Amino acid sequence: MLHGPAAKLDEDKSSKKKASLGIKLFFVYFLLYAGFTAIGIFKPTLMGVKVVFGLNLAVVYGFGLIIVAIVMGWIYHMICSGYEDKMNKEEQL
Amino acid sequence: MIYDVSIYAILIFVSFVALVLGLSFYFARKTKSASNYYAAGGNIHWGVNGIAFAGDYLSAASFLGICGMIAFSGFDGFIYSIGYLAGWVVALFIVAEPLKRLGKFTFTDALDAKFNSRSIKLTAAISTLIVSLFYLIPQMVGAGDLVVPLLGLPHWMGVVLVGSIVILIVATAGMTSTTYVQFIKGGLLIIASIVLTTYILKNGLTLNPSDDYHRGVTIGAVMEDDKLVVNDGTDAEVMYTYQDGDYEYAKVQFEGVERWFQVIQAGENYELLEMLSIVYTPDGTLYNGAPKSERKFYPVGHMNKIMFKGQEVEETGGLNPFNFLEHLENSEVVRFAKHTFTDGEDKVNVWSQNITHGKDVLKPGLLLKLEGASLWQKINFISLMLALFFGTSALPHVLIRYYTVPSQRDARKSTIVAVAAIGFFYILTLYMGLGAMINGVIDVESSNMAGPLLAKYFGVGLFSFISAIAFATVLGTVAGLIVASSGAIAHDFIDNYLKKELTDKAKVKAGRIAAFCVGLLAILLGILFKGMNVSFLVSLAFAVAASANLPAILMILFWKKTTSNGVSVSIITGIVSSVTLILLSPSMFERYGLNPADAIIPIDNPGIFSIPLSFLVLIVVSLLTQKNKADASIV
Repeated sequence: MLHGPAAKLDEDKSSKKKASLGIKLFFVYFLLYAGFTAIGIFKPTLMGVKVVFGLNLAVVYGFGLIIVAIVMGWIYHMICSGYEDKMNKEEQL
Repeated sequence: MIYDVSIYAILIFVSFVALVLGLSFYFARKTKSASNYYAAGGNIHWGVNGIAFAGDYLSAASFLGICGMIAFSGFDGFIYSIGYLAGWVVALFIVAEPLKRLGKFTFTDALDAKFNSRSIKLTAAISTLIVSLFYLIPQMVGAGDLVVPLLGLPHWMGVVLVGSIVILIVATAGMTSTTYVQFIKGGLLIIASIVLTTYILKNGLTLNPSDDYHRGVTIGAVMEDDKLVVNDGTDAEVMYTYQDGDYEYAKVQFEGVERWFQVIQAGENYELLEMLSIVYTPDGTLYNGAPKSERKFYPVGHMNKIMFKGQEVEETGGLNPFNFLEHLENSEVVRFAKHTFTDGEDKVNVWSQNITHGKDVLKPGLLLKLEGASLWQKINFISLMLALFFGTSALPHVLIRYYTVPSQRDARKSTIVAVAAIGFFYILTLYMGLGAMINGVIDVESSNMAGPLLAKYFGVGLFSFISAIAFATVLGTVAGLIVASSGAIAHDFIDNYLKKELTDKAKVKAGRIAAFCVGLLAILLGILFKGMNVSFLVSLAFAVAASANLPAILMILFWKKTTSNGVSVSIITGIVSSVTLILLSPSMFERYGLNPADAIIPIDNPGIFSIPLSFLVLIVVSLLTQKNKADASIV
């Protein structure tokens, strides 16, 4: 593992970066999701409070979790592709 | 409920199913080798694969189950939507790419790639099989429910129909066909949902869903000599009353039949509210007091009061997505709550009118009690959220699609396309479910048909189109699951575990025989679980998947000390613990015909115990078997 060839090491480096980015984003989302669950458990009445556009917190938070998942997925893809492109360039040099 | 069967609906339905089958056979001719059969040769375009992912995932549970659950219990059904989608975040951020790098054909291969251990081959194959079977149950139940109003067939025939068609598809074609079929069907499901939601918003909120809608009769009564006497001129006579906990019911001679009404005291006077009833007597079953064929049983669900810009109105007219929810929240809905009791020799099921404020419809709590909840109810909620979150990435039939695109970047793009399509669809489920709740289309006997029946309200054409898509959805999902489980038997068990030297041709044949057997089993289970909400059943499958597979997948990817023994024991622990907890839960006790309150385990969702247990076992066993691993890594 520690003594792989240089090219392979490059590849590992990129996937490690991608993996750690994935884990970070995962934890961000996990906290948001856990927040929803926690409100349901500890302060369920808060779910009925109107927040924006006449919609209550339950609906806004619920829609939000769905939309944030899509946006974060896209961000993750863009950054990962950036890592991969950069790595390919370095390999060509 | 009895439904009118439309020839037009049947024609659309049959042509659509024929199209799906035709496509399957067309692609089947291209499927020659084993690698083609299992993973479509690894050359599917990412966009197609992404929508196919969505098609796979938006199964009977999503369209039938969630819409139905929202129609019956409001926002609580939408929690399933949120959780199912959140699961994709786990899949994309921490599982998708590393797995693609490890994998060959199936989930087992991916788990096995690091160890080449026979025990992992065996346990992973068992897990794939069990999870697939659990996930197959709701699909088959949904299929059975679909054909009742569409083709006028009994539930079991629908189950057999789906089972047979899928066995035919899988046994002759394999994965390539299902990817393209899933793509078409996933796309059409989303389009149909947009159309349906547009209709709902255009319709707005109205007190009178249709001209022939039956709102439920209220009879006035007073108490005379401890007996309820009708006093408002209605031709009805109270026979006797029955007290069931907080509720009081009256058996009433009404319109020539014996009906059940709910008794409400209002000061000195009483109100008798009409209920829906199904009474199982020794001489047969009565629907609202008459045999089924007399069609006295009607669809329900309506607005009780509509508040529009501070005023009470009869209808709002067209609304936008935001003010549809806003006005609904300020208004009142009539839902129908089920109660069961016995009356002499008769077993009585009644559905009483339950006036619910929009505020309560649009926040959690109608199904999953949260305000003033007991500790077990809170644990049940967390457990459900946990299973939904971690279940997706542990499903074998979803994972298998990671292998059908050429590169990691494509796998990622596929997944994002899937998340976007699924997320958008799930937002629509809230509107479709609420639309079904308030437009007088609910069949109280089955929560799974709310979506398609709502479509029927807007037109038979839309109904048959949506039913056909839903049916094809079930076909596709079942096909994917049967491919995954036949792969587990033929590829992982026979080929890898038993080390039988099979030719390529023999492998495909073994896969087809396995598909046939799994299909038959799925048909049986689908008939046994009739009447349960499919989304709830799916959440159980998610719990089993998350308990069995997720610790193994995550720890192999992220913990270097993981050993093959740790993985095997953890998979078995996850399966045994989650399945045992489910079998001892309140919902299953109800299924056995016992009192749910007597259930040994007081919660329905097992994830909160079985997932951590499976993780713990993996870690402990891995730490205890480090020596073996050191030996293995030298080799």
